[in-house]
Amino acid sequence: MDLVNIFIKGVFIENMIFAYFLGMCSYLAVSKTVTTANGLGLAVIFVLGITVPVNYILENQVLKAGALEWLGQNFIDVDLNVLSLIMFIAVVSAMVQLVEMIIERFSPALYSSLGIFLPLIAVNCSILGGALFMQERQYSTIIEATSFALGSGVGWYLAIVAIAAIREKIRYSNVPAPLRGLGITYIITGLMGIAFMCFMGIKI
Amino acid sequence: MKKGFFTKQHQKLISDPMSDQNPITIQVLGICSALAITTQLQNAFVMTLAVIFVMISASMLISILRNHIPNRIRIIVQLLVVASLVALVDQILKAFLPDASEQLSVFIGLIITNCIIMGRLEAFAMGNKVWESFLDALGNALGYGWILVAVAFFRELLGSGKLMGYEIPGFSYLYEMGYMNNNLMILPPMALIIVGLIIWIQRSRNNELIEEN
Repeated sequence: MDLVNIFIKGVFIENMIFAYFLGMCSYLAVSKTVTTANGLGLAVIFVLGITVPVNYILENQVLKAGALEWLGQNFIDVDLNVLSLIMFIAVVSAMVQLVEMIIERFSPALYSSLGIFLPLIAVNCSILGGALFMQERQYSTIIEATSFALGSGVGWYLAIVAIAAIREKIRYSNVPAPLRGLGITYIITGLMGIAFMCFMGIKI
Repeated sequence: MKKGFFTKQHQKLISDPMSDQNPITIQVLGICSALAITTQLQNAFVMTLAVIFVMISASMLISILRNHIPNRIRIIVQLLVVASLVALVDQILKAFLPDASEQLSVFIGLIITNCIIMGRLEAFAMGNKVWESFLDALGNALGYGWILVAVAFFRELLGSGKLMGYEIPGFSYLYEMGYMNNNLMILPPMALIIVGLIIWIQRSRNNELIEEN
């Protein structure tokens, strides 16, 4: 049950966009139509679901204080936490590159729909944010960490598809000229954030 | 072009990002880490200083290395340069400002993926000399900073009735008259709405910035 709880928390309560503003840049830039938003959203779920577990292993086997115990007693005091930022971003960019090559090789159809978004994702804050939150919250097993990653990914997907749908419709309404485009998108996102806050405190 | 140490062009490199080319309100860069930390003015200042430092150093380093970086792996090189600088800032903050470091938590780390830095490295520092890159980085970081500080000013003032963590003298009278802090301002969504309003003001002053739809 704990896993479901973590997942739901990631989707609604601690939504990457509405609660932490992570991945806002691509969220604002790629949300003009639902189709592209859909592609980017799926790519984010995919990449989060892969990079967070990998970073989890890295964190617990290499970086954490005392994590290098498996190398022998001499390494028990080693604390490599200083390096975690550099390692995480290296893992993220390497994984994105790898995933891109694998998809291109095995599923050209998926590649043509996700392909253009994958390079964008290496610098999407929500991916590195996922890794850093995983480090901060100290999930006890790799499955919990994966469940958190998928939850956050789905939450991000939900947010970008919702805003894209709203932006498609808002073209027909009479927005004050200086607010058109970016301005109104910010304000709508803020209002959606307030709406999402009603999920706060829910436990399953 | 006349060569000089600080010509009109140089001046524009700094002044443009402060207004008409502002990274947050016009270029849509670097919003990710900007908004979550603006509940307090102090955090906004720490964040701005961190970004100014990382951005200037990264821009100058990349600009020095620009002729030696192979094109295919340039993103990874840029990321690694930025990541090492951010790790440095993170450690310095942990050592000297533990409180601020605690509050900013993951957002210092997220400077790495702050699109302003990557965006300006990619768009400017890869193709320009060191001095110009320095000015461009400074201008963009300041343009990012003033929005951050402005948002934090309103959120802290209206949300908790303080500035930089200090009570404001006149406020005790207001409280007696029945004034209450607006707790909504502390919540994350209000940051977005305030930036939206800043965009509104900015674009109504300069009609060229208005988007089609």
